[in-house]
Amino acid sequence: MLEVVLSFVVILIVFLVLPLIVGQTEHKVMAHMQSRLGPMYAGGFHGWAQLIADGVKFAQKEDVIPAAADRRIFMIAPGVALIPYLVVLIVIPLDRDLVAVDLDLGLFFVLAVMGIGVLGSIMAGWASANKYSVLGGMRSAAQLMSYELPLVLAASSVAMAAGTLSIPGIVEAWQWWWLPWQAIGGVVFFLAGLAELRRPPFDMPIAESEIIMGPMTEYTGMRFALFMLAEYAGIVVLSFLTTVLFLGGWQGPLLPGWAWTLAKVFLLSFVVIWLRVTYPRLREDQLQKLAWAVLVPLALVQLALTGVIKVLL
Amino acid sequence: MDGYFGSYALVAALLAIGVAIVAGAMMANRFLRPSRPTAEKLTTYECGVDPVGDGWAQSQVRYYVFTYLYVVFAVDAVFLFPWATVFDAPGYGLTTLVEMFVFLGFIALGIVYAWRKRVLTWT
Repeated sequence: MLEVVLSFVVILIVFLVLPLIVGQTEHKVMAHMQSRLGPMYAGGFHGWAQLIADGVKFAQKEDVIPAAADRRIFMIAPGVALIPYLVVLIVIPLDRDLVAVDLDLGLFFVLAVMGIGVLGSIMAGWASANKYSVLGGMRSAAQLMSYELPLVLAASSVAMAAGTLSIPGIVEAWQWWWLPWQAIGGVVFFLAGLAELRRPPFDMPIAESEIIMGPMTEYTGMRFALFMLAEYAGIVVLSFLTTVLFLGGWQGPLLPGWAWTLAKVFLLSFVVIWLRVTYPRLREDQLQKLAWAVLVPLALVQLALTGVIKVLL
Repeated sequence: MDGYFGSYALVAALLAIGVAIVAGAMMANRFLRPSRPTAEKLTTYECGVDPVGDGWAQSQVRYYVFTYLYVVFAVDAVFLFPWATVFDAPGYGLTTLVEMFVFLGFIALGIVYAWRKRVLTWT
């Protein structure tokens, strides 16, 4: 019982603290990549308390629900967007034996639960009764549809290589030469995951210069903050998944296992921020074309490669 | 807390914690926030002008084709997972590999079909 409570505490720390660290890193890294300073005032030292200040502000803001909105759906949508990312963390190992539950169906469970997060954005878009929100919600739905397939195919390539769906089992089976062997699948998985999170350059659903903030247009205060937290928790979860599936999780020399996992997660989160600063937003048809004409065929090539090498060895 | 139901009970417990976090955040917000709704504040936001027509407006939807594509392929892909864990078990080997290429062939054919139907080109 004590073990379970401890692992839940670890999950909650990961869920509530890492997104803030990633968010603050994004502020500073983006700023320096664009020759700015970023937040410098809050907390004194290089604006370290900026996101805490933001949180305090959000908690005090009025909760405006438009008269035309579908109230109940509008109110629960941020929760639907956020909670799946917490639930996914239950099967992700931080270190050997440091995992809350080792589900036999781990990988399948993760993919199923991750998909629910996007529903929050679709619900928000529809319930807002705002044209921009509906457009954004539609685009979210289309993006989920298109990028779920390469995500699932790339993930099943790892399941084939490891011969198990349990996530600690996959990390246990991982060898260094999986890096070149599963490289295509890893890139496809990471890009498709980014698209599911609607992060730039795949942020057509919230394109602020065109449809204001997409599904979040009508949201204010705490509910908006929950959507923001969901976005950063999503980055953390995607980085964790890519780490445990494709980069060997806790495996690595010298340092303890949890340090390797966290180092890989932070490296991937940095890449997420870097991509945002580097690439312009993809147009909607380019988005769909990238999914169906590039990522899905690449994922199929990876499946063939995995199957042939695994059977021949 | 072992066994099949035990591990999913833990998942349910974490789900309950998640709901509690969201509910707690909204509760804190309830005590801290002002509430002064006015008719103007509650109108739908359309860049500052009065909203035109209904919010659930009609617009052209081109996404349904992707939904079809998705339903076809994702249902196939689900069968990939149980297969993936046993395909190189003793006694399977080459036969299952050939089956995989049949599967990949089907998916590739579907995408080529969508391509030829110009689903992926919008303009």
